[in-house]
Parts: sequence; C-alpha cells; structure tokens
Amino acid sequence: MRKVKADPKGVLTGAHYLDGDFAIAEGGLAAGCRFFAGYPITPSTETAERFSERIPFVGGIFIQMEDEIASITALIGASWGGQKVMTVTSGPGFSLMQENIGLAVMMETPLVIANVQRGGPSTGLPTLTGQSDMMQAKFGSHGDYEIIALSPDSPQECFDLTIKAFNLAETFRVPVFVMTDECVGHMHEKVIIPPADEIEIIERKWYQGPKDKYLPYKPDKDLVPFMVKAGDGYRFHTTGLTHDERGYPVLNAEVQDWCVHHLVDKIRKNAHKIIELQEDQIDNAEVVVVSYGITSRVAIRAVQLARKAGIKVGTMRMITVWPFPEKRIKELAGKIKAFVVPEINLGQIGREVERCAFGQAPVIGVTHCGGWVHDPEDILKAIKEAVR
Amino acid sequence: MSREELAEEKNPMEDFLRMDRIPHIWCPGCGIGTVVTSFADALKKSELDLDKVAVVSGIGCTGRVAGYVKFDSFHTTHGRAIPFATGLKLANPELKVVVFSGDGDIVGIGGNHLIHAARRNMDIVVICVNNFNYAMTGGQVAATSPMGANLSTAPYGNFEYPFNLPYLVETCGATYVARWTSLHIRRVTKSIQEALAKRGFSFIEVITPCVTLYARRNRLGDGLNLLKYYYDQSEIQHGADTRTVGIDYQGKLIVGKFVDKEKPTFLDGMNTHLQKVLGEKYVPYGVKP
Ligand SMILES: Cc1ncc(C[n+]2csc(CCOP(=O)(O)OP(=O)(O)O)c2C)c(N)n1
Ligand code: SF4
Ligand SMILES: [Mg+2]
Repeated sequence: MRKVKADPKGVLTGAHYLDGDFAIAEGGLAAGCRFFAGYPITPSTETAERFSERIPFVGGIFIQMEDEIASITALIGASWGGQKVMTVTSGPGFSLMQENIGLAVMMETPLVIANVQRGGPSTGLPTLTGQSDMMQAKFGSHGDYEIIALSPDSPQECFDLTIKAFNLAETFRVPVFVMTDECVGHMHEKVIIPPADEIEIIERKWYQGPKDKYLPYKPDKDLVPFMVKAGDGYRFHTTGLTHDERGYPVLNAEVQDWCVHHLVDKIRKNAHKIIELQEDQIDNAEVVVVSYGITSRVAIRAVQLARKAGIKVGTMRMITVWPFPEKRIKELAGKIKAFVVPEINLGQIGREVERCAFGQAPVIGVTHCGGWVHDPEDILKAIKEAVR
Repeated sequence: MSREELAEEKNPMEDFLRMDRIPHIWCPGCGIGTVVTSFADALKKSELDLDKVAVVSGIGCTGRVAGYVKFDSFHTTHGRAIPFATGLKLANPELKVVVFSGDGDIVGIGGNHLIHAARRNMDIVVICVNNFNYAMTGGQVAATSPMGANLSTAPYGNFEYPFNLPYLVETCGATYVARWTSLHIRRVTKSIQEALAKRGFSFIEVITPCVTLYARRNRLGDGLNLLKYYYDQSEIQHGADTRTVGIDYQGKLIVGKFVDKEKPTFLDGMNTHLQKVLGEKYVPYGVKP
C-alpha cells in the first residue's frame, strides 16, 4: 500500500461554502479522480455539473453518457485504463447500475459511486430526501459479494469521505459507495479543504514483478490481488464469468467456490481495517442510538433531551455502513437495554442491528418513508420507551 | 528446415491467440473463428504495437472472442462492450480499442450505446458479427433477423423489420462503415486494417453463418454451404447508398466499404473546443507533448 500526498492540481485548498453535492466533486478531484462519467438525476446532478466545470483546469475527462448503465460501465473500462474514476446518481440510476456493479466486483475494479438518496420506490420523491437504498447498496446486484459503503452527515464529510472512498476502493479493489441523501446533498455548509500535502492518498496496488508471472486474480497477503492497466504489455484477460487466478473463465463449482469466497473474504476478513464508527457516552449507556448520515444529526437533539431527562443514552454513528459493524453491535447488545435505530426507510439497517444483537437486546426502529428528516421528538419517544 | 528449426517454429497465431485456451467453444463450421483469423491477420499487417491493442467483448458466442485473443482483453456484460471501450479509450488514449461482439449484443441490448458512440465519433473499432440471431442462448429472434426467417422465439417466422446496420451507424455519425461476409477473408482483413489505421468510429459488419441454430432451423445446410451461399449472394458495391443495403431473407447481400471519411473524434473535439473557449488555462487531455 503506497501512500502519497494529493496532487495539488485537483485540490481547491481553502474554506468554502459548499453543498454536499459540490463537496463530493471536490473530494473526488482532491483524491485524484480524473474520469467522471454520469447521467443527470435529481438530487445528485450538481456533482456532475461541478466536476464538468472544474475538470478542464485540472486535466481529465468528464463525459455525460447516454444512461447510467453506460456511466458505470465506462467507469470500469476507465479504471482498467489506469484512471481513478467516479460517478454520482440517485435511486433510479442506482438501480440501472446494479448489473455492472456486479461486473466491477467480479473484475475487482476500483471505482466510487456517490448515491444522493431520494424517496423511492420508482421515481418516488425526486426532490426529497430518503435513505432507502441502503440494502440495495449491499445486495442490489445478483450473486454473493461484498462492497464498502460510507455515509456522510455533512458537506464537510461529503468531501472527506469521498477521499476515503477512493482510498478504500484502491486498497481493496472494490466499488465503494458514498451513500448520502438529498438533505446533505443540498445543504450548504462550511467545507475546509486542506492543503494538498495534508491529504493522504492511497495509490492503486500496482503490480511490479516480471511480466510473464503476472496473475490478475492471485490474492496477495492481504487477500487483494495486484493490478495492472491496459497498454502496459501484460496482455491480461478479465471477465465477468467465474474465473481462476489467471482471469480465465472456469465454469465449475470448485472454482466458483474459490472465486466468490475470495471476493467476499477480502472485505469480511479486512472489515476491522475498514469500519469507522463514532461513539459517544457508550460505556454506561442503557440505550444506544445507532444511526447514519443525516439522521444521526437529527438524533443528536433527541439524545441531548434524553440526557437532560437523566437517561443514560449513548450513540453510535456509522461512518461505514457496509461492511456492517457486526462485532461491535453484538458486544453492545449484551450490555444495554435496547438499541434505537432511526432511519429514513422502513427499517433496513435496524434489521441488520437486530440480526447482530441476536436477541440480546431489542431494537426499536424509528422509521418513515422519506420526504422529510425525523422529528427529534419521535426519536426521544423511542429512547424513553427503551428504558421503560 | 531442419527438424530442430521446425520444432522451434512458432505457431503463426501464437502472438495473437491465447494458445492455452484453445480448443475454443465454437461449433465446428461456425463462422466466428474465420473473422478472428482475419482480425489477427489485419493486426499483423498493421504493424501496431500489440501491447497497445485492447479487445472488448460483450456476451454471446462472438462475445467469447475477448477470451481467446492475446491482448489486454475484457469480457464484459451483455450489450455494454461499447461504453466499456469508451471508458478504456478515454482513460488511456494511446490504446487501440477494438470491440468484437455479436449483433444481439451490439445492436440489440446495446443499441443505445452503439448510436451514441457513433454520434460522438468515439475513436474505437467495432467488429460486429451478424449471424441474424441470438446464438448463445439458442437461436432467438434478433433486431437483425430478416423477415420470414425462423427463430426459436419466432417459430412461425419473423414478422418484425430488421435494422439495416450500415445505414444506422452512418446516420449516427460513423466515419468508417463496411460490410462483408466472413468468407470475404481478404476483404474483411483489409477493412479491419483500414479501420485500425483510422481515427474515429469505425464499424465493420461481418455476415457470418451460425450453423447450429440459424442454419439448421431454416434448413440452410451446413456451415460451409451457408458460408458459400452468403458469399455467392453478395455483390460488392463500394460507396453504396446505405439506405439501399437492407437485408432480405436469403436475398442479395450488398457488401463493400460504404463510408470512409474524416471528422474530429470526441477527444479532438473536446480539446479544440475547450482550448478555444478557455485559452491558456485549459489543460489539454490525452495529447502527447
Ligand atoms: C442482461 C442479460 N440478458 C440476457 C443475457 C443472455 N444472453 C447471453 S448471450 C445473448 C445473445 C447473444 O447474441 P449475439 O450478441 O448476437 O451473439 P451470438 O451468440 O449470436 O454470437 C443473450 C440474450 C445476458 N447474458 N445478459
Ligand atoms: S451456436 Fe452458432 S454462433 Fe454459436 S458457436 Fe455454434 S455455430 Fe457459432
Ligand atoms: Mg448473433
């Protein structure tokens, strides 16, 4: 894993007043992304607009594709061409991308997709907020696989976590999703962009050995294979079919077992290096509020009120949602009375918390279908119910 | 040649094919292999740096080509070879990117990408093996199936109008358009060579027999028969008006080089335009200093 400083060409150092969508574009540029392919969709379009405005002065490609299927597929091609790549979308576009998210997973291609979530299903609520693509992010494409998903709660974090997303994508050769939402995407706040030499960038895991010994899918010690790019004389093959270490298709149960386990294990076994949580007053807590993204900001108010009322309440904000912090939830479940999980969907992550709590602590969901952020009172009510 | 020399003699295809993946999966008598041979021959004649050649396929019998050629090669998803190639080419403009896939893949499910890549004059070569059906899945009706032909999902004959591919891609902006049958070996080779030498969106349609499905279902004889039949039915008309080259069931096949013109590519257009509008501040992309 080679760490370098960010290329100053893409870094707009200074204090800015940006919305989350713009901050995602700036995060991508700061991370060294020089290829963006996308298709307009509310409430994510501003990211594409910002990137198209900035890239001519940095040197790179912005291309508006004919649809989201083309966008994600162009990203995979461009990533194999040696670029750091990203796109942005929202529910309907995310749905269209699913088949080729699977291709990116199978080919072990680093790329970043930001999903500025809105209310679904279908066209749903184009201009209003939602968090209902969380399960789709994990399971949206067919087959068994693992991805990484992060959830920013502010424009500043949209910037920071987009850089982190690139670093994770390059480290693990996997698609990484920045799962934000309309509210954060359109919220204007101060965003501090540090000087380039204070931004740490993880370079792609380039193969350095002899050409004739290169195996595109031979796992390294950390389970992640080395990568090369097209045009460097390796004459490699890669396919969406089940394949062996050479990248050649082998269609039988044995190789399928190896191939799929490899894709899953490189994330699951490295989960401790990936997961980032922000916990507060959790040690003596009777109740823990588990939340992510915009909902965790709303939850702060409810937690303050609960503490004022003398309730011992801790918080866990998931910065990484996938892979899921299974161990930590399990650990806490044995110590507390209940979890409270507010989210802008009908209980997607709550269900995951419930699975990991394994009956040791009940999970009280505070859910709604989207279009607005929670009323802190509703979360407070759930906290009170939890300690009763 | 001495016995030792003979033993060291390389298979002429060794530089072009992954010999460790042969035998291939194609049926005996299938026309796809012939087109691959023409492709290899064209590359040999082109004297391109083979390390800079990338092949992208979608899914289908033809889609398996990417797995057999010894270049940086990508076997992608059904219909998406062209946007994949678009990303690859733009990310590394030094590459010569060739899309090699079937009619169902490129024109059916991937039709939207085809017309947009032609419109943008994306600098890639598309070799489209047209066997008038979805072969890999068992011979279903395609957007290229001639009217009246019998297909597994048009068991009483096809009644839909097929695409006329040269006309379609020319209208959308392709700068090189040719059609041959796979038995026009030298001509296919020459067209691929010309397309490789060109900058811009090139499209070569190769009419190819599918012996196992299309030919059998329509009782058109074995592979060799059909190969010969297509060849005999063809009439070379270079520069023909592409509006007139539509294909009727077992009818005359107009073949030839229909379009060969120059036009700035996507990258040319981007660089010239942004340079003009933004001046000094613009950082040109993909141009060698
Ligand atoms: C999204 C998706 N839909 C359907 C398929 C099934 N499928 C595989 S190959 C194919 C047709 C290929 O036809 P063509 O491109 O003409 O290639 P040929 O086999 O005729 O060479 C289809 C429909 C698939 N792989 N993916
Ligand atoms: S099914 Fe048809 S196209 Fe496919 S390999 Fe056999 S003959 Fe060729
Ligand atoms: Mg076909």
